[in-house]
Amino acid sequence: MDKQTVLKVARLARLKITDARAEELAVNFEGLFKWIEQLDAVDAKGVEPMTAVVHHQAYRRPDAVTDGHRQGEIVANAPDSAEGFFVVPKVVE
Amino acid sequence: MTKLTDFTIGSALAGLKKGDFTSVELTTEFNKAVDKGRKLNAFITETPELALDMAAASDARRKKGEVGLVEGIPIAMKDLYCTKGVQTTAASKILEGFVPTYESTVSDNLFKNGAVMLGKASMDEFAMGSANITSGYGNVLSPWKAKGDNELCRIPGGSSGGSSAAVSARIAMAATGTDTGGSIRQPASVTGIVGIKPTYGRCSRWGIIAFASSLDQAGPLTQNVEDAAIMLQAMSGWDAKDSTSVNVPVPDYTKSLGQSVKGLKVGIPKEYRIDGMSDEIEKNWQQGIQWLKDAGAEIVDISLSHTSYALATYYILAPAECSSNLARYDGMRYGKRVEGRDLTDTYESTRAAGFGSEVQRRILIGTYVLSAGYYDAYYLKAQKIRSLIAQDFAEAYKKVDVILTPTTPGSAFKIGEKQDDPIKMYLEDVFTVPVNLAGLPGMSLPSGLDKTGLPLGLQLIGKPFDEETLFRVGHVLEKAANFTAKPDMEWMK
Repeated sequence: MDKQTVLKVARLARLKITDARAEELAVNFEGLFKWIEQLDAVDAKGVEPMTAVVHHQAYRRPDAVTDGHRQGEIVANAPDSAEGFFVVPKVVE
Repeated sequence: MTKLTDFTIGSALAGLKKGDFTSVELTTEFNKAVDKGRKLNAFITETPELALDMAAASDARRKKGEVGLVEGIPIAMKDLYCTKGVQTTAASKILEGFVPTYESTVSDNLFKNGAVMLGKASMDEFAMGSANITSGYGNVLSPWKAKGDNELCRIPGGSSGGSSAAVSARIAMAATGTDTGGSIRQPASVTGIVGIKPTYGRCSRWGIIAFASSLDQAGPLTQNVEDAAIMLQAMSGWDAKDSTSVNVPVPDYTKSLGQSVKGLKVGIPKEYRIDGMSDEIEKNWQQGIQWLKDAGAEIVDISLSHTSYALATYYILAPAECSSNLARYDGMRYGKRVEGRDLTDTYESTRAAGFGSEVQRRILIGTYVLSAGYYDAYYLKAQKIRSLIAQDFAEAYKKVDVILTPTTPGSAFKIGEKQDDPIKMYLEDVFTVPVNLAGLPGMSLPSGLDKTGLPLGLQLIGKPFDEETLFRVGHVLEKAANFTAKPDMEWMK
């Protein structure tokens, strides 16, 4: 784990971090992943990964519209909105 | 007469029924207590007027004979639950000012059952922490002091630290919490109260701000086991809006109270005797074993052989899920927005300004373990070990009915301790994390004080959807422990 890796991951996660913080985190993560290395001792070959916590029949419901007409509520917490729409920064130059 | 704030839910419901006092009277006293208890910083948002309105409505319903399971009971709501019309922040600056336009299913269940909301309890930011020191709205203090403490300086546990502080200081009769790796049980343990995390799927997660969706579960923090039974029943139930909630009937949990544990098989996992665990924790555990033996239970030594790998597994899976869940906070549709040069810069600046340092750390860890080239080595491997941990429990439950362990490896430490090394902080959850990984129900209840006068807890772990056995055994242990210690509340006067 080095500073460059941390900065690359921060970019993927859309988090702006300073070089100094990246350096600090690199040391921190180095320790953390060293600790995580203990998992290498576990032989998990052939073990199914756990992807569901409870095994139950998924519930089915009619494919029907049950909700709607909430435009005002949906944009109520928007940092910026106009006429019931979200206002976002310009994406296409 | 007993102070109204000293009542438990069970005794308050009886008093309300007899007409000894009204919910408005009860709520007025708790509003005053919230005000006087502000030093703990247990609430992010106080809602005294709303509480009085809800109490008045409850009294009116009671007059008409409409009485819910927690009719007229004033509680604190962890600020992770979306509450319609009341600011909900997850203790993060990124959600400051966010006012949900809908109600979470669990808070809705509680309100339909008559609960009165005193306010939104503080917590670790996005429920990530074990000491309530990562909140964007300041640390929460425990009302407990150790011998030699000159001032309030102990952690209330985390992440449901506002909830545990409020209930143990009796500024709320009970509180909701959520538990991803121990966030109900550990705070309950270090503040001398009861907390239960039910089976994954027992409570709906709809409207509860997500941290790690395959591990998060709602549950209550209360003064005693009976109150936990009442609260959990009011909170539980299948919900069409959460596809992981399970459609099984919710039993009347209070029926489990007072039942004998004679012949019940209680498992004692040898792997929970860990290095660095204090003698007092071991003694406390042995005491719990003795109490159950005295009550006629059969003690069975068991092995949960992958226990020592649970924490490292958790610290891959939980950050992975967190990085995915928290991707939604981009400053576009709600929450904080910091304008940047372009769209990417706006995203990056918003998230850097809105998330605290522990949340950022976990997002980065999660992003890393899910990234190309590392996914199999970390995330997939962790999912496989999670299977092994769950299998350990499934094997054990072929031999035993319930498992008894300590809740935490120590009592409440001071704010500021264990902050230099995150792994030390993670160890706080060493006994609770495996339960979340396996999706099982777990309860912590107070069992004694350590030599410095701080509470210690015992944890009961049950079979899937068998919270009833936890209440049954918990009630027996509670009687035997006769834990009557209370924090010194001189500072509140």
